[in-house]
Amino acid sequence: MGSRASTLLREEEIEEIKKETGFSHSQITRLYSRFTSLDKGENGTLREDQVNFRGFMRTLAHFRPIEDNEKNKNPTASEPLNSRTNKLLFAFHLYDLDRDDKISRDELLQVLRMMVGVNISDEQLGSIADRTIQEADTNGDNSISFNEFIKVLEKVDVEQKMSIRFLH
Amino acid sequence: MDDPQASLEPTKGNSALFKLNYPRIQIPLEITLWMLLASFAKIGFNMYHKITIWVPETCLLITLGLIVGSIMYFANEEPPAVHTNTVFFLYMLPPIVLESGYFIPIRHLFENIGTVVWFALVGTLWNSFGIGISLFAICQIDAFGVHDISLQENLLFASIISAVDPVAMLNLFEDVSVNEQLCIVVLGESIFSDVVTVVLYNMFNFQAKKEVVKATDVLLGIAEFLEVVFGGLIFGIVFGFVAAFTTRFTSKVREIEPLFIFMFSYLAYLIAELFSMSSVTAIVMCAITMKYYVEENVSQRSCTTLRHVIKMLASISETLIFFFLGIATITTEHEWNWGYILFTLLFAFVWRGLGVLVLTLIMNPFRTIPFTFQDQFALAYCGLRGAISFALAFTLPDFIGRKNLFVTTTIALILVTVFIQGITMRPLIGLINIRKTNRNLYTINAEIHCRLMDHTVAGIEDICGQYGHFYWKDKFMRFNDRILRKILIRDRRAESSILALYKKLELQNAMLILDVVSGDISAAPSIISLYEEKKSSSKPNKLLAVEVKKMHDILSKNMYKIRQQAVSFTSKHALPNDSQPREIVIRRHNSIRRSLQSHGFHRAVKTFFFLHVPDVQENMSEVVYPSRTPSPGPAPLSSPLREVPSVHDRGKSGRTRHGMSRTSSSYSDSHVPAPRRHSKSSTSDKNSAGNFREPHHKAEEPEQQQRPLSPPTAWAAEPKDNVTQHPLLRQPQWNPKKM
Repeated sequence: MGSRASTLLREEEIEEIKKETGFSHSQITRLYSRFTSLDKGENGTLREDQVNFRGFMRTLAHFRPIEDNEKNKNPTASEPLNSRTNKLLFAFHLYDLDRDDKISRDELLQVLRMMVGVNISDEQLGSIADRTIQEADTNGDNSISFNEFIKVLEKVDVEQKMSIRFLH
Repeated sequence: MDDPQASLEPTKGNSALFKLNYPRIQIPLEITLWMLLASFAKIGFNMYHKITIWVPETCLLITLGLIVGSIMYFANEEPPAVHTNTVFFLYMLPPIVLESGYFIPIRHLFENIGTVVWFALVGTLWNSFGIGISLFAICQIDAFGVHDISLQENLLFASIISAVDPVAMLNLFEDVSVNEQLCIVVLGESIFSDVVTVVLYNMFNFQAKKEVVKATDVLLGIAEFLEVVFGGLIFGIVFGFVAAFTTRFTSKVREIEPLFIFMFSYLAYLIAELFSMSSVTAIVMCAITMKYYVEENVSQRSCTTLRHVIKMLASISETLIFFFLGIATITTEHEWNWGYILFTLLFAFVWRGLGVLVLTLIMNPFRTIPFTFQDQFALAYCGLRGAISFALAFTLPDFIGRKNLFVTTTIALILVTVFIQGITMRPLIGLINIRKTNRNLYTINAEIHCRLMDHTVAGIEDICGQYGHFYWKDKFMRFNDRILRKILIRDRRAESSILALYKKLELQNAMLILDVVSGDISAAPSIISLYEEKKSSSKPNKLLAVEVKKMHDILSKNMYKIRQQAVSFTSKHALPNDSQPREIVIRRHNSIRRSLQSHGFHRAVKTFFFLHVPDVQENMSEVVYPSRTPSPGPAPLSSPLREVPSVHDRGKSGRTRHGMSRTSSSYSDSHVPAPRRHSKSSTSDKNSAGNFREPHHKAEEPEQQQRPLSPPTAWAAEPKDNVTQHPLLRQPQWNPKKM
């Protein structure tokens, strides 16, 4: 598996990905072989043209566990992809489909409906959504902005929640 | 036991009608009575739920044994001599280890295999040698009068008492939701320390005969150790595969399927004993190897039977052992030596604590999630000694001079650890702020967003190819799919994990829909109150805490649960807990909702019937449901039966589910706003037609929220109004392969 993958993925690319995402060499090669094997899977959801490997890695990079030594490295450089803010941004974008930087009530309802079984009626869900917005909304625009989102989740250990151990 | 027959005959004269033949049945009768007594005790304990929270069950068993023992002592009777070497090793030990091996969560075990083996193996060795050597040092002090115990004997003794049995603590850990790394280490440790202990025991037993220990003996010992363990491993794996292979062909002989499993496991045990390999390892490996394949091959009922019987046998074994512990405490002749015993206790604690500390120190850098001090404390403190220690001590060969001392010390240690540590563990765990798996979320926001994040992570983990992916596991899984599955599993399709998962989840989803729930009914009032709040309160900010609580309740009961990476561990005294959905349910709610709204849940339900027939889809259409659908409820029952929503191709059987979950729906926009309650009887007797009842609520009752609700566990023998013997809910009789 290793040799097949690395022939298709050039060294320079690996270096670039490494710099961008912070994964290690072996992790990248392993994920590449996973990527290619997914590509041939029955579901056919992952195509080279739709999600290329760079995008794949970029997404996955959000889920890298935060390491302590990274925080001290260079405070001037832009935040690594797996910082807390970026993880939260990822989650935020899951709600905010139209990318207007706000989670409207409808978007929230959509996501809620997806997460919840068939047993909850629309009214109940609506009131839950209202309550959610109400809790988070500080500037009264009836939607949740990214900062409000961050604030609401300040007590939650997002770093741990949105992390996967990428072992190689 | 006095023999009544001899005394009876002269008195009874030649009354041929009434004879007591006690000696004939003495042994089986006694065993049966003991088992019954212990089982009654278990019933008794579990009646008072409070007790089992605070006091581990082993404590209670020992107490009972103590009571019975004292009765016997005063009645001057001999306890039944079931603790010979043979009986223990050949009859009582195998079920216990088979059960540990069978119910261990394999994936988690292998993910943490390094840690587990490290703690178990090295930890046990550390404990044994540490305690043995320090005790030997104590023995040199003449004051205690134990000068005659040699090093080998000390080591032998130390190896006996280093067998930890922390599984009793798992129950507690689960209750308090301690983080799962700790749980899996505890579980693995108990199994592997058994292995190591038995091996060491045999080894030192052998060595104890010799007078002098030479260097070559030590080397030989190490080599022997390794050989024994690996030999056991190989035997176990071989037998596991043979068993799995056999079950491929057992589709016609379903009734004896479990028999194969038991016989092969036991065979592995015995053959390993034959070759003086580690039989415990053999049976554990056999169970681990074959479980996966067997559970795919055998029928649902055989699977259930298997689990039940394994649990039962293990439970009996262990109960009996603890029982005898209690009895033996009273009735055997003890040799009490303050110094030795106290020092043993001391060293046991000290060495375990040290061991955990040192081992964790070495191990932590290699772990992604290191163990905190609280974890270490919990790990050290939960080192209860258990059944195996006692049994091993009791079966010490008689040439060991100080056997009684050893037995006494072991009993003392077990009693101390079980009672003191067992009972104080719970408050201590609460005090130290141990890392837990669940978090308390205070706001609705946090709950929703966290759940979203969990879903996301679960999805990404799947995409990456599982949590904590190992290279070897990757290889093994491919080997598995390509070769092993084809050979060992009857149903030869090699499935991608996602497809298999999807099927499993759909089945579970269906069964959830069938089950009775409590939650949504109680959520029903909150619709009204939420409504009212909305209408009445001018300021939307004024939602009461009660409302929030209700929302939390609704959410927690209704949000799809994430596939738990933390498997709920099968506790020692209970069957695997299948009642909680363990997987995230893939979003099919759209089609389900459609089905539910227009035709009731039945349409969705019928697709998901848990049958072990590969091509349910085709057969489904042949089903002729008797059209006695006299239900006055909404008329979904008749026609849609023919059309099968395309869920998946085959309704392969998942695990049957007991327990409660949500009702199907309080859907709003269609004509049926009423929640329905469905009672589903125990899945073990699926063949009886009368098992399913369906209390219908009339759809048009808006005030039905005020109905008194029957308790959710109503396997409604007395159906509520409008009961239909709903044919859909009956097990379809056309299934030929169902046993």
